[in-house]
Amino acid sequence: MVDTAVLPDVPHDAGHDAGHDAGHGHSSTGLSNNKLAMWLFLGSECLLFGGLIATYMLYRGRDNGKPGPDQLWDIPLTSVSSFVLLMSSLTMVLAVSAAKLHDDRRTNIWLSVTALLGATFVGAQVYEFTTFYNEGLGFTTSLFSSSFFTLTGFHGAHVSIGIIMLMALVGIITRSKVPGNKAEVVELVGLYWHFVDIVWIIIFTLVYLIPV
Amino acid sequence: MSTTDHVEHTEQHTEQHVGADHHEHAPHPDIFYIKIAVFLAVLTALETSTYWVDFGPFFLPALLGMMAIKFFTVVLFFMHLKEDAKMFGMLFYMGLGLAIGVYVVMLACFQFFG
Repeated sequence: MVDTAVLPDVPHDAGHDAGHDAGHGHSSTGLSNNKLAMWLFLGSECLLFGGLIATYMLYRGRDNGKPGPDQLWDIPLTSVSSFVLLMSSLTMVLAVSAAKLHDDRRTNIWLSVTALLGATFVGAQVYEFTTFYNEGLGFTTSLFSSSFFTLTGFHGAHVSIGIIMLMALVGIITRSKVPGNKAEVVELVGLYWHFVDIVWIIIFTLVYLIPV
Repeated sequence: MSTTDHVEHTEQHTEQHVGADHHEHAPHPDIFYIKIAVFLAVLTALETSTYWVDFGPFFLPALLGMMAIKFFTVVLFFMHLKEDAKMFGMLFYMGLGLAIGVYVVMLACFQFFG
């Protein structure tokens, strides 16, 4: 005879978990699926930037007599833009704090300041790229230039995507259309932003400060 | 399963999830993050100074050390990995470890066979 007390458990539990997941976005570990996915994504991004940094370190001396790092780097400018990006991490964490306290006004202010600081950083990078191009360093000039523009260009693209995410977040918070847990959504964008910052911490040291 | 069992099961399930959410920490006061940012700014200034000031044989270790300190300060405190669930740290450090591994192997290959 079939134990009828056991059978209902299967669909019941499955349905319960599915409902739980759908309602709160938590996995069976009790952790947020969204945060797990974001950390996994950031782990995979480490591999992307690891490859790009390794390639640059291999080719940074291969300038074929064309303009090289020693003639091009503007350390004071890069230091200021690094400082700006670092401070944007502070404003981002303050936005996350405000979101956890359900203070939408402060959250939006700090998110906007973060986006502004990020835009300043991207602006400095565009200025730097333009200067290098005018001094004769194009993308295909040498192995050094290709690896340099690819690495810093990828990073700049990540910062730009982060700015779009920040501005979109400000928009949906203002219109109260944040899906799910608002504080968690801000935290997820914050994780991405801090990641972009830590990648720059490495690039600034390895690319700009260590001489070839 | 009886109704009582079902209620107990549901309560246990809820407790399990509430317990697992203990890593949902309260935010630190703003001054905590500002102090960390000042610390990071000082390290950045020190890093930049190596461009003009001769640190001699300490140049490279000091620069790499400061880079590592800045990196982990942001990861542990701004990204809250210090107080968040260990699973998140595992996922991130796994990617970071693989990236460093790829970097070392790649450079070693070009050093020996390049």
